Amino acid sequence: MDIKEFIRNFADLFDDTDASLITLDTKFRDLDEWSSLLALSTMSMIDEEYDVQLSADQMRNANTVQDLIDVVNTAE
Amino acid sequence: MAFLSIPNVKIVGVAAAVPKEKKIVSELECFADQAEAERTIAQTGIVESRLAPEGMVCSDYCYEAAKQLIEKLGWEKESIEALIYLSVSRDYIEPNTATVIQGRLDLPKSCYTIDVPMACSGYCIGLSVIGSLMSLGCMKRALMLVGDTPSKIMSPLDKTLWPIHGDAGTATALEYDPEAKPMLFNVMSDGKQKDAIIAYASGVRKQVTEEDLKMVKEDEGIIRNNTHVKMDGMGVFSFTMSQVPKCIKAMMENFGIEAEKTDYLLLHQANKYIDEKIRKKLKFTEEQTPYCLEEFGNTSSGTIPMTMVTRIANQLRKGHHSMVMSGFGAGLSMAAVYLETDSIEVLPLIEI
Repeated sequence: MDIKEFIRNFADLFDDTDASLITLDTKFRDLDEWSSLLALSTMSMIDEEYDVQLSADQMRNANTVQDLIDVVNTAE
Repeated sequence: MAFLSIPNVKIVGVAAAVPKEKKIVSELECFADQAEAERTIAQTGIVESRLAPEGMVCSDYCYEAAKQLIEKLGWEKESIEALIYLSVSRDYIEPNTATVIQGRLDLPKSCYTIDVPMACSGYCIGLSVIGSLMSLGCMKRALMLVGDTPSKIMSPLDKTLWPIHGDAGTATALEYDPEAKPMLFNVMSDGKQKDAIIAYASGVRKQVTEEDLKMVKEDEGIIRNNTHVKMDGMGVFSFTMSQVPKCIKAMMENFGIEAEKTDYLLLHQANKYIDEKIRKKLKFTEEQTPYCLEEFGNTSSGTIPMTMVTRIANQLRKGHHSMVMSGFGAGLSMAAVYLETDSIEVLPLIEI
């Protein structure tokens, strides 16, 4: 998987957060803009771009961008 | 895989009844502010729905829809051999609401009555039940009453559920016909996710105590008690995105149904964003996929017949049409159906 592209795809989901704030180690739940809607958008993006369907538990257990990438990589 | 092919049964008429009173999403008290209300409208596509007043419940709307449909079809009461009531909004846990309605409609004692308490997968599951009962020719005419009054089982202070649901009751009339094209199904269950949509203290598993009736603030904008339905939004979202398109696709592939050769895709409507994702995955066009949730909200098992009555009634009254339907929800339960109709009776929406 192209990691830079994943980070870009993820950062694109945010309306008010600067892309530079989103890195592999970013704890996205700590971001001001984070909401349950963004969680759903993340699941949706991963489904559309990577054809991987996260379970609710997998989404809840991920805390950093790296965590998300790991889940996607394990699934593929 | 639960692939079913049920011959000899066809839909001949559909009617729907809704409350007159409207519930306008942007005006609801459960939201923290107007911005929150706007976000919900944008995300779900739901602008308003109908709200049953005190004393009116799902069976009342189904009863009215059935009464008017029987009259329009010119059916003698004595000829109605089965009535199934498909809803989680039953008058009582005991006795069956179907039987209560048989009494109200004064149908013969020989009428076969059962409840099938399914939620959002209900219309499709209901067709598999009534279809199976009629297919052998032992019953020539039947009614399937489908709907829900979520307003009676959800908390008005729950911003995740109250704004998006609406009340409705519908009636579908079916006949035995050896010439009818078979109804084709794929029905699936996932009980391991029973907690995704559940009202804990609503049956015998958890007897209702005073504690269960206390309204508890679970989170900002979510105040409800243990008898109210609650939903794990993320769990349902994941399920809907992954399992539902697969269920529908499997049905279509198994029976050789092609999206471009099908007139309509009628999906259960809880959230337009999700439905659009399903539609695109299945390669149906916007023109093939009517919605009515913006005006009536998520009426649980009622969304499919409500769409037939309020969005494509004129089309269904004239000529031959094919459709793929899919309902999915509490259980978790999901079903996909393919069926064809020919100049069916569709009553104008009843508002009472």
